[in-house]
Amino acid sequence: MPAPTDSDVAATIGRLLREVAPQVLGVVVRRYRDFAACEDAVQEAFIAAATQWPGEGVPENPRAWLIQVASRRITDHVRAEAARRHREAIVVSLIPPDEQIALAADTGGATERDDTLDLLFMSCHPALSPASAIALTLRAVGGLTTAEIARAFLVPEATMAQRVSRAKQTIYLETLKGSPDSPAKSSARRSRAPLTRIKASGVAFEMPEAGAALGARLGSVMHVLYLMFSEGYAASQGSEILRSDLSGEALRLTRLLHGLVPDETEVAGLLALMLLTDARRAARTGPAGEIIPLDEQDRTAWDREAIAEGVALITETWPKGRVGPVQLQAGSAAVHDEAARADETDWPQILALYGVLSRMSDNPMVALNHAVALAMVEGPAAGLARLDEIASDPRLAGHHRLDAVRGHLLERAGDRTGAIACFRRAAEQTASTAERNYLLLQAARLSDVDRQVPGGRQRRTRAAFSK
Amino acid sequence: MLMMNTPGKGPYQIASWPKEDIARHIQFMMSFATKLGAAGELVAAEGLSGPDQAKRVRAAADGAPITDGVFPEAKEFLVGYWIVDVDTPERAYQIAAEASAAPGVGGKPLNMAIEVRQVMTAPPADAL
Repeated sequence: MPAPTDSDVAATIGRLLREVAPQVLGVVVRRYRDFAACEDAVQEAFIAAATQWPGEGVPENPRAWLIQVASRRITDHVRAEAARRHREAIVVSLIPPDEQIALAADTGGATERDDTLDLLFMSCHPALSPASAIALTLRAVGGLTTAEIARAFLVPEATMAQRVSRAKQTIYLETLKGSPDSPAKSSARRSRAPLTRIKASGVAFEMPEAGAALGARLGSVMHVLYLMFSEGYAASQGSEILRSDLSGEALRLTRLLHGLVPDETEVAGLLALMLLTDARRAARTGPAGEIIPLDEQDRTAWDREAIAEGVALITETWPKGRVGPVQLQAGSAAVHDEAARADETDWPQILALYGVLSRMSDNPMVALNHAVALAMVEGPAAGLARLDEIASDPRLAGHHRLDAVRGHLLERAGDRTGAIACFRRAAEQTASTAERNYLLLQAARLSDVDRQVPGGRQRRTRAAFSK
Repeated sequence: MLMMNTPGKGPYQIASWPKEDIARHIQFMMSFATKLGAAGELVAAEGLSGPDQAKRVRAAADGAPITDGVFPEAKEFLVGYWIVDVDTPERAYQIAAEASAAPGVGGKPLNMAIEVRQVMTAPPADAL
């Protein structure tokens, strides 16, 4: 076997660093709380590792090594900052006395799981806007650089750097607030005295044991991961490659989360939903980036392996307990993916799933899908009646999907003029170029019939006569 | 910066075109952007939503936004733009002419007006 080259070693170290990154940052942030400072310190530790390890060899416990170096950096950093700003009080309180002298190397085990989970909870904090939470999660847990995230979101690097730094600031302030029922919360807001702030902090970093608290925090993590996935899935032309990386990253992080909390059935459901949706990626757009709807996709281009994994996952998850909304959506995606042809789709089963789902969740998008399934099983009139029920929902006001669905159903009901008007209105409302193009073409396809060359009209007349 | 302005009720009423013409137009616009990108000349390109979605915003005395809209009757509106990085104004004009000739109904070139403006740059380094 040839000796490993320098670039082999560098690649191995790179992989190793990326793997332990969330754990290291999780530990350091839990100890020192200042997210921005901790991230800088961890980055410095990584640079130190990348320069020292190739020559000196990888230490026996790389994770502990990195934590120790990062901790030393942050201790230095906090001290320097404090001295400069005359805030010695903060330094003393920020660093627990037993850690001011030497830091015990972390010995891994169960805490690794908590550290990564902690970091996910923090990055997906409900106080952050979704865009900030996605950016921060990609940065802190996914290990992407700010430049990479900026490219994926098609914004200048400086804009993304600002977004990430604002997010970190928000997290820091949130952690100073403490838990909702902590008496220190109000005093932390009233008083800016450092000691009060320190006392108030810490609570937010405690791991919720189980039950409602854990569920709520997992809920916000899942929400962010799903948005990250959709962001990549709704790829627009030109940026396709970079954006699909975003979906891939969301899948990777959801897989990681599922590994951390394997008994959380909704997390398993989310992973299954992503696998089953992502499996259709190659078939859902045409060569010029145009949208191809589900019933017209080339199903042989679907990723069979991903479908098999998603189906297996949702099948083994369902019997484990009460089936939640994400699992129901995954179930519906599985039914679609298992049909070899569009007209073999088991719509009654999808209708049943969306029936349960719309009773369980107040999401207007769920209601829209329910209307589609209803139309497929009971006919367009039933679907249109369901649409009328939800049309007054203010969350759907001006939303292009309502008119897009109505357009499809009106067309199936034979109301071409109504369908054209709906497709055109939807085209005006969407913010996606690919969707607008698709909707304009739907409207044009229908209005072409009216301005048809005489031949077309004659054919139609003859057909009418032959009835 | 190449700005595509069209009159409110002018020839760019794409929604009312036959399907084949819309598809040809979309195809043209996509390959136009791809070609500029491949040539390394494209900095940015965006299509904008219609004027009926537009709002005009002004600050009130207290700084709060006052919105005003919609403007379907606007005489002329911006439907999209390209920012290109080229060596000479002539090259920018050439690209603009190509965009202007985008196919319309029946594949006939639209020959719409494309406004070409220079994007201001930072002062040269030696001036600092």
